[in-house]
Amino acid sequence: MLVYLTKRIVYTIPIVVGVSLVCFLLVHLAPGDPLVSVLPPDASEDLKQQLLIIYGFDRPYWEQFLRWVWRALHGDLGNSIASGRPVTTEVLRAVVNTLILATVATVIGFFFGLLFGFVGGYYRESWIDKTASALSVFGVSVPHYWLGMVLVIIFSSQLNWLPPTGAGPGGSGEWTPDWAHIRHLILPAITMSVIPMGIIARTIRALVADILSQDFVQAMRAKGLGERGVFLHVVKNAAPTALAVMGLQLGYLLGGSILIETVFSWPGTGFLLNAAIFQRDLPLLQGTILVLALFFVLLNLIVDLVQSLLDPRIQRS
Amino acid sequence: MALLRFGADAMPSAIESSEGYWASVWRRLRRDKVAMIAGAVVLALILMAVFAPYIVPADPFSGRMLRRLRPIGTEGYPLGSDELGRDMLSRLIYGARMSLLMGVTPVIIAFGLGSTLGIVAGYLGGWFNTIAMRTIDIFYAFPSVLLAVALSGALGAGLTNALVSLSVVFIPPIARVAESVTTQVRNRDYVEAARASGAPGFTIVRVHVLGNVLGPIFVYATSLISVSMILASGLSFLGLGVRPPEPEWGLMLNTLRTAIYTQPWVAALPGAMIFITSISFNLLSDGLRSAMDVKQ
Repeated sequence: MLVYLTKRIVYTIPIVVGVSLVCFLLVHLAPGDPLVSVLPPDASEDLKQQLLIIYGFDRPYWEQFLRWVWRALHGDLGNSIASGRPVTTEVLRAVVNTLILATVATVIGFFFGLLFGFVGGYYRESWIDKTASALSVFGVSVPHYWLGMVLVIIFSSQLNWLPPTGAGPGGSGEWTPDWAHIRHLILPAITMSVIPMGIIARTIRALVADILSQDFVQAMRAKGLGERGVFLHVVKNAAPTALAVMGLQLGYLLGGSILIETVFSWPGTGFLLNAAIFQRDLPLLQGTILVLALFFVLLNLIVDLVQSLLDPRIQRS
Repeated sequence: MALLRFGADAMPSAIESSEGYWASVWRRLRRDKVAMIAGAVVLALILMAVFAPYIVPADPFSGRMLRRLRPIGTEGYPLGSDELGRDMLSRLIYGARMSLLMGVTPVIIAFGLGSTLGIVAGYLGGWFNTIAMRTIDIFYAFPSVLLAVALSGALGAGLTNALVSLSVVFIPPIARVAESVTTQVRNRDYVEAARASGAPGFTIVRVHVLGNVLGPIFVYATSLISVSMILASGLSFLGLGVRPPEPEWGLMLNTLRTAIYTQPWVAALPGAMIFITSISFNLLSDGLRSAMDVKQ
C-alpha cells in the first residue's frame, strides 16, 4: 500500500514540472514581444531595454523559468498587467467562484447520471434504458454554451423567472448561500451539469450491466440473496469507478468552465482567462492556467489514491 | 508446386463464402437504424457545405440594416435575419463550410500525427516509448477546453491558430490509444512469427501492425469529431476562431447573443446546427464502433 502511494506521488512530480514548463512557454509562444501590452506603441528603444531588464526578459529562458517557478512556489505569480494587482489574489478569488459552480454542477450531474446509469444498466433495452441512453448522448453532444443560451431564453427572457447573468445582486462581491445568490446559480449549474451527467450515465450503465452479467451475481442469486442484497453488491463494485469519474469530471468542469462563465458572466476563472486573453495580460493568463492545471493534477492524484484505497485490485495492475 | 496449386484451388471458394472485413462492417452498420440516420444527416451536412454557393437563397454577406433581426418565417427571410440584416438561412448553410472544416480538420491532423507517434512508441517500446508517453501525460494534465483556450489565446485569434490548438489537444488522446493497441498487437504470435522468419521491422509494421491497429484508432478518432466540433465552435464563440463577417456557427452564436431578448429563436439557430452536427457524428461513431466490434 505504502509503496503504491509513494510511487503514485513521486510520479506526479515530473508531471507538475512539465505542466509548469508548458504554462511558462505559453507566454513565449505568444507572437510579438512579451512586453507588447505594457509598452506604448511609440516607446523608445531605451525604455524597452529598461523594462526588459525589470521584467527579467533579458535573461536566458532557463533562468527565467527557474525564477518564475521559485516565485510561484512562494505564492507569487507576478502582478496582473491590466489591474496591477497580484495574480495570486485575483486567481484565488475567481477559483472560489468557479469551485462553487463546478461543485454544484458535479453533484447535480452525478445524481442524475447515477440514476440514469443504474436504471439503464438494470433494465437494459427497456424504454427507461433507451430514454436514459438518449439523455446521455444528448449530454455529451450538446454544445453547453448554446444550452446555456437556450435556458436563458426560456427562463429569463420568456418566463422571467431567473436572472440571466452574474453571480449575485451585489456584483462580484462575496458569495453567500442566500436565495438571491442561489437564484443566480441555478441556470449556470444546470447547464454545466449536463456534461458530467451524460458521461457518468454512460459509464455507470456499462459498468452495472457488466457487473450484473458476472458469475458472482448469479451465484448470489442462486444462493437466494434478495434483490436488495444483490443491489448492494453492485453498488460496492461500481463505487470506485463512479467516484473516479466524478472526480475527473469536477476537474474538467473547473478547467473547462470558460464557455459557460462567458455565457452567464460568472465571475470565475473562465471569466478571468477571457479577460487575460483579450487584454493580452500574460502574467494573469499564465498564472490562471497554471493554477487550474495544478488543481487538475492534484484532483487526479486524489482520485487515484481514494480509488486504490476503496479497491485494492487497482494496486496490482 | 502441386501443393501450391492445391492451395490456390482451394482458396477461391473460401473467399467467396466469407465476405471481406469491410463488407461485413458495412452489413452490420446498415442494420443499425440510428447510425444510418445519423450518417445520412452527416452526408447532408457535407453536401450542404460543398454546394453552399448553389443552394443559398441570398448572399450571406450582404445585409440591410433596415431589415435587422426579422423573426423566423418573415417574407424573404425563411429563418429570419441576423443583427446586420443578413439572411439567416443562407448564413447557416454557408456556416457549415467553416464549422465542419474547423471541427474535422484537427481530428484528421491529430489522427495522422497521434497515431504515427503512438504506433512508433508502441512498436519500439523502451526509452522512446517512455519519453513519448510521459510527455503526453503532461498534456493530459490539462482539461481539453482549458488547453485549447490557453493555446489559441496565447497564439492569438484566427483560423490557423485555432486549428493548431485543437490539433494539439487531440494528439495526446489518439497517441495514447494508438500506443496501447500497438503494444497489444506487438506481443501477438503472428508478429513474433514474422520477426522470427526475418521480416524487417518496417514490413512488420506495415503488414501486421497497421492492419490491426488502424481500425480501433480510427473509430476512436471519429468519436472525437463531435467534441472537436463543439470545441472549435466554442473557440469562435469566445472570439478566438474565425473573424467576422465569416459565417461560422460559433461566431454567429456569439454575435447574436445580444439579440436573445429581441429575437430569441433566431439567436438560438446556429447552436442548434452545432448540436445536430455533433450528435450525428456521435451516433455515427457509436454505430461504427459496434459494427467494427471495437471494445473500449
